[in-house]
Amino acid sequence: MKPFAQKMNELTPEMVELVDRVIDAHDGDATQLVGILLDLEAAVERHYIPEPAAYYLAERLEIHPTQVYDVITFYSALHDKPRAKYTLQVCDSAPCRVKDSDALCETLKRLLNLEIGEVTYDGRFSIEKVPCFGACDVSPAVRVNGVVYGHLDSEERIIDMLQQLD
Amino acid sequence: MSKSVSFITRNFGKYNPASLVSYELIGGFTALRKALDMDGDAIAKVLSDNGVQGRGGAAYDMGRKWSQARSVPGPHKCVVCNADEGEPGTFKDRELLSKDPFQLLEGMIIAGWSVGADNGYIYMREEYAHLRPQLLSAIKQCEDAGYLGDNILGHEGFNYRIHLYSGAGAYVCGEGSALCESLEGHSGRPRMKPPFIKQCGAFHLPTCVNNVESLSLVPPLLLDKDGFYKSQGTPDCPGTKLISVCGNVKDPGVFEVPFGITLREIIYDLAGGIEDGHQLQLVQLGGASGRLASPAQLDTQYTYKGMKGADLTAIGSGAVLVVDERTSVIGFLRMTQQFFCHESCGQCTPCREGNRHIARFLEKIAEGTHTEEDLKLMEKYANIMSTASMCGLGETAQSALLSAMKRFPEVFAVKKEVAVR
Repeated sequence: MKPFAQKMNELTPEMVELVDRVIDAHDGDATQLVGILLDLEAAVERHYIPEPAAYYLAERLEIHPTQVYDVITFYSALHDKPRAKYTLQVCDSAPCRVKDSDALCETLKRLLNLEIGEVTYDGRFSIEKVPCFGACDVSPAVRVNGVVYGHLDSEERIIDMLQQLD
Repeated sequence: MSKSVSFITRNFGKYNPASLVSYELIGGFTALRKALDMDGDAIAKVLSDNGVQGRGGAAYDMGRKWSQARSVPGPHKCVVCNADEGEPGTFKDRELLSKDPFQLLEGMIIAGWSVGADNGYIYMREEYAHLRPQLLSAIKQCEDAGYLGDNILGHEGFNYRIHLYSGAGAYVCGEGSALCESLEGHSGRPRMKPPFIKQCGAFHLPTCVNNVESLSLVPPLLLDKDGFYKSQGTPDCPGTKLISVCGNVKDPGVFEVPFGITLREIIYDLAGGIEDGHQLQLVQLGGASGRLASPAQLDTQYTYKGMKGADLTAIGSGAVLVVDERTSVIGFLRMTQQFFCHESCGQCTPCREGNRHIARFLEKIAEGTHTEEDLKLMEKYANIMSTASMCGLGETAQSALLSAMKRFPEVFAVKKEVAVR
């Protein structure tokens, strides 16, 4: 990893402005670190925490960068690598799988010509398997940037969902 | 006995959940006014008298929890609402948060008054982020109306605020001490106990943690003059409970049921029965950490005692996951095991290693290449996890496996050619 100071040099004014805005919305309260990182991730186009932003955030909140990275790597909803603009999260827990979310996942892979964890060349789509997001009454379901699409039990419905994204 | 009732959910659809005025018009905050004329111990006694047990999974006597929290000395205390609802197959709290947020806030304010807290925290899972704006607005409206803030409703010295915190996709954060770590802006690894969170929890303050449903139950209970709640259920397990039914049933959803209803009534009468042309294989109760019931156990009464007597998870999170013959028992156990491998926080050895080893044994069983020795070892590891793990996650992760070994021994049978080898 590059030294701390060098990483800070890669900060763009836009990123500084974004991080400042998110931190201010949380009253600069370091105990709200998890919420701050979630909001930041939602605002970054590829939905991740860029490294310079993580260091700048640590400095602003007066906490160690190790704490920021401890939190980012611990929680599965936080990411330190770029993802896609639309990450399709397929529920991988039993309530969706007994409703054949495996087939849903295979259909998505085929339609987008993607493997789990890959991102399309234009950075628009990727597929992730995630644990239960509490949409078991409409399973099998996909969650994209916080929005749940349920009852995806046929190819038509899946295509319909993909078309709604753009 | 009626199949479903409306007590905790009595406000669903009756008011606009985005508007405080609309909540007040249906009698909102009368329970708070009543509570403010009562002593904190008297409020706790109402809970105990009605036999209320916590709805998060541990089923702790709620009145006792509140009177203990009240008796802990300290100038500052906090109330935490656990809205992390991470048990797969559970979505009842989602309904309460979206359809009746003000009842929850009212319950939390009463909790603050009863235990003597000055701050309340709602820890809501990231997966429910779409409910945040409505909840934040509800808190703001309560502040503006004087239900939150300083000297609430003119009660000198009752200062109480509610804050909304978000989780970030970690099942283990439903565990009390991990939740407190997460509230403080750390990774959510459970703490060693003691000290217990009731003495030293979030921000090192005495903390009283309650589930969304437990807190939402408080306002209707305080106003329940005719004893409707206690008239529901069975004599030794009165009251009602929210359950989430999902899986291979025709009409999955959230239902409020009186305790004492049978699993058969839940599955066939409320949830419409198994999907056409299929047969029931198993039912998992209480989420991924719950035990499995076989079709022979469908007439078990849904009460704490009844479920315990049938060697099933005593209510737990209230999840009822119905699985038909399209998923094999071993296939189902592997899904559950995969979940725990992912969600173990990795801090203590029994849970971190145990889950991975058991996943490998299950893989062998699925292939049919396991031996008697493998089965013995697998059971041993599962038992070690249950006794030696640091928190409830590791302790209950193997409930499904251990119950399956008792209830479906045939699926674990060793193939002959392997036994000889």
